[in-house]
Amino acid sequence: MRLTFLIPLVVFVLMVVLLGVGLTLNPREVPSPFIGKPAPAFSVPQLHAPDEALTSEVFRGQVSLLNVWASWCVSCRQEHPLLVELAKTDRVPIYGLNYKDERNAALEWLARLGNPYRSSAFDADGRIGIDWGVYGVPETFVIDRKGIIRHKFTGPLTREAIDDILLPLVQQLKGEPG
Amino acid sequence: MIAELGHLALVMALMMALLQAGFPLAGAAGGVPLWMAVARGAGRAQCFFLLAAFGCLAASFALNDFSVAYVAQHSNSALPLYYRLSAVWGGHEGSMLLWATILGLWTLAVTIFSRSLTEDFVARVLGVMGLVSIGILLFILLTSNPFERLAVPPADGNDLNPLLQDFGMTIHPPMLYMGYVGLSVAFSFAVAALLSGSLDAAWARWSRPWTLVAWTFLTAGITLGSWWAYYELGWGGWWFWDPVENASFMPWLVATALIHSLAVTEKRGAFKAWTVLLAIFAFSLSLLGTFLVRSGVLTSVHAFATDPARGLFILVLLGVVIGGSLMLYGLRAPAVRDNARYELVSRENLLLLNNVLLVTAAGSILLGTLYPLVVDALGLGKISVGPPYFDAVFAPVMAPVFLLAGTGLLFPWRSASLTAIARRTRWLALLSVTAGIVTMAVFWNLRDIKTFATITLAIWLVATAGYTLWSRVRLREHWLAGLRSQSRGVYGMTLAHAGLAVVLIGIALSGCYTVEKTVRLAPSETVTIGDYAFTFRGTTRVEGPNYTASQGEFAVRSGTREVILKPEKRAYRVQRNTMTEAAIDPGLTRDLYVALGEPMDNGAWSVRLYYKPFIRWIWLGGLCMALGGVLAASDKRYRVAARQKAALSAAPSSATA
Amino acid sequence: MKRSVRACLLVLCCGCVPVASATEIRTFKDTTEQLRYEQLVEELRCLVCQNQSLADSDADLARDLRDEVYQIIRSGKSDEEAVQFLVERYGDFVLYRPPVKPMTWLLWLGPFLALAGGLLFIRSRTRQHAATRSPELNAAERERLRQLEGDTRK
Repeated sequence: MRLTFLIPLVVFVLMVVLLGVGLTLNPREVPSPFIGKPAPAFSVPQLHAPDEALTSEVFRGQVSLLNVWASWCVSCRQEHPLLVELAKTDRVPIYGLNYKDERNAALEWLARLGNPYRSSAFDADGRIGIDWGVYGVPETFVIDRKGIIRHKFTGPLTREAIDDILLPLVQQLKGEPG
Repeated sequence: MIAELGHLALVMALMMALLQAGFPLAGAAGGVPLWMAVARGAGRAQCFFLLAAFGCLAASFALNDFSVAYVAQHSNSALPLYYRLSAVWGGHEGSMLLWATILGLWTLAVTIFSRSLTEDFVARVLGVMGLVSIGILLFILLTSNPFERLAVPPADGNDLNPLLQDFGMTIHPPMLYMGYVGLSVAFSFAVAALLSGSLDAAWARWSRPWTLVAWTFLTAGITLGSWWAYYELGWGGWWFWDPVENASFMPWLVATALIHSLAVTEKRGAFKAWTVLLAIFAFSLSLLGTFLVRSGVLTSVHAFATDPARGLFILVLLGVVIGGSLMLYGLRAPAVRDNARYELVSRENLLLLNNVLLVTAAGSILLGTLYPLVVDALGLGKISVGPPYFDAVFAPVMAPVFLLAGTGLLFPWRSASLTAIARRTRWLALLSVTAGIVTMAVFWNLRDIKTFATITLAIWLVATAGYTLWSRVRLREHWLAGLRSQSRGVYGMTLAHAGLAVVLIGIALSGCYTVEKTVRLAPSETVTIGDYAFTFRGTTRVEGPNYTASQGEFAVRSGTREVILKPEKRAYRVQRNTMTEAAIDPGLTRDLYVALGEPMDNGAWSVRLYYKPFIRWIWLGGLCMALGGVLAASDKRYRVAARQKAALSAAPSSATA
Repeated sequence: MKRSVRACLLVLCCGCVPVASATEIRTFKDTTEQLRYEQLVEELRCLVCQNQSLADSDADLARDLRDEVYQIIRSGKSDEEAVQFLVERYGDFVLYRPPVKPMTWLLWLGPFLALAGGLLFIRSRTRQHAATRSPELNAAERERLRQLEGDTRK
């Protein structure tokens, strides 16, 4: 009987523990439902070659990245030098999804800051972005040899994210049978 | 200089809080009258220093001292003086200072209106309030100092968020904080009672007026916030189940339960332990609300102070204050004797049922608010809990409250007969159902069961509340004498319950019969909603003190009556925000609401028009409830209690009854 | 911005500006279809301004997603299909009405379990109190109250 009076305290302590754990989490990050699923199909004009299409077939047979970017996006600029650097090492091919952008602005942006992308899909109306569940540019998807999405970074990549998560994952995926 | 004085005043306030907590609590425990006597003086001095600190911050705003970081962030020299002053609580640091200052004011009030209490009880109450104050002041001084200087002061400030440049937003936070913090008094009374072991009817009598006043402020604050959201946010909504709203609504629900539970404890000596627990809950939820809003654990646009250090500090504070009081409760409550006898059907159980329902409602909101966090913390993914959940859960839990609220006094203490009460109220039930049907018929919609049920409940609530009052009045031979013989408590209760019915009617009718139109309107084009013809007369450019606006002009004609509505689309120069200022033609039975959307070609605009029937009743009802709280708090017996000096100490001498 | 920008303290998140939004002018087959659309966008959460529904958010993405929902509804598909479309892409997070599944059982049943518990509590207390025979306010308590009231009560 005495113990029933301690129930509120016990419940409260549990709550404090959960709130404490909650403090360490980022409430804005939404996990992608695509992890472990095939990359959504698309076929759209390339940024540099409006007459040629870039299709999601490109992800088959190699481990690759898809980076969603736009010239109007401030934090894309922040991660851009890292991407350029990564592209130079040639450790993993990077494809771009130019999201809701203007072609000239995007081309000018790449010309000025360097182009880390093998090729960029030009997603003028953002339809592909929606199909890929993009909600905050920049986003970076890691895709394995079978064309399956294995990881997603939301927000600008950092050096730590690349060195500690992205590259080891790429290495591991390269070791998997295709 | 002023800012440094303010900082100094804050430190002094902390010293006073330490005195206020340390000596009186130790004195009360050890029976040292001299130490206990420190409580009142220290409390008053603390209040003085807090007011001084607050004044210093206000002065920094008034004088545009942008070398103070907080002023630079939340003000601008182009901002009118009035808003510069309200900008004091327009950001995190300042609103925490407001919180502390209001706690100081409540402390002052307790030092003044506590003459009827014994010295050791006053010492304990003020000591506990001092403890709370220490926590908050440490939080301000260590993590959120509003007086911090900038090394390089900017030429001008960042300006106040345009949403806050508004009358409703000016008085909403102080009102709400008066309520939140006011619950600390009931909390301190409860903890003091647990400490001293004198948990009795007299304790409930003392707690009641304080709880009522805090509840009144909370009611008024929530009502104001809802009204503000309605006219300022540009689309006519009035309640959103936003985490921040929930943070104010949960303490309100529990405080409402506490008021009712205190009545039973005072009158019948029952539910003592439960009432103490509610007093702890009510203030805990106020603190928890602060944590949820400030720590950033929940996504809310309001959670602007998403600083983990602050979050951790508040969490620790929460753990100490709430955990400590719950621990005390766990240790002391089992010894509380609760001797009241009552049957299953009795006023005691009616009020206990009210408590269970209100606490369940508050608990559901807490569950909904924290559930996504729990799921995330356990690594199970991310989910959202939003308005559809709260609507679905809240309505069925609260429906019985509305059903029973009006009938309270028809149930006698100890034992009541359901059949007798049913017989007395059967005509009222018939009346309510008829009124529900008639209302539906007037609006030509007989299918909407939810609206029908709400209207019927509301009419039933107001009818039973009125009938209950009348059944007491007619006990006297003349009705005037009967009216005069009722206490303000009874009138307050009746008014508050009727106010609840008014809110319900507002919710039901505005929810169901609102007409909304989003249209493209070119100048001189007309669109009609029901009997109202809205003619767009184009827009003009208007220069405000710190914004530029496109002001639309709409002539709204109904029969021979014509009103001009001038909604604005404002671009604030410093904050680079666009704001929609809706134009409203208010009325008791309907509001007409016009908001500008986006400019289109040839001077045309996309425009949102609303016809909102009875929406004003929502806030009118809230006002009635607050007034009811004022009436009840001013009841004669509390004032008598205040005048009876040291009644408690004299109590055990002569027992004649 | 409407839906969530309330209370005293707020700072606006990325790119969300406080304006009346969702002012697209839409045409529908009939009012039923319009109501379906309006209810749907009310119950879906915007991923950018995370505390707003799609209906209220002024974010670019919200606009696009409203268009998607509108197209789906207009093409004669069901509400479930529209919801499915978004859940496939963004997960359960977009649902303001959490789906009933084992993970949310406690959420949906919790309030009613609590209520049932409360009713049992009332019942058990009543028995206990009907059994006791001592006076509810003891003599000292009554005397204190009487003294507090002084002579005002006849």
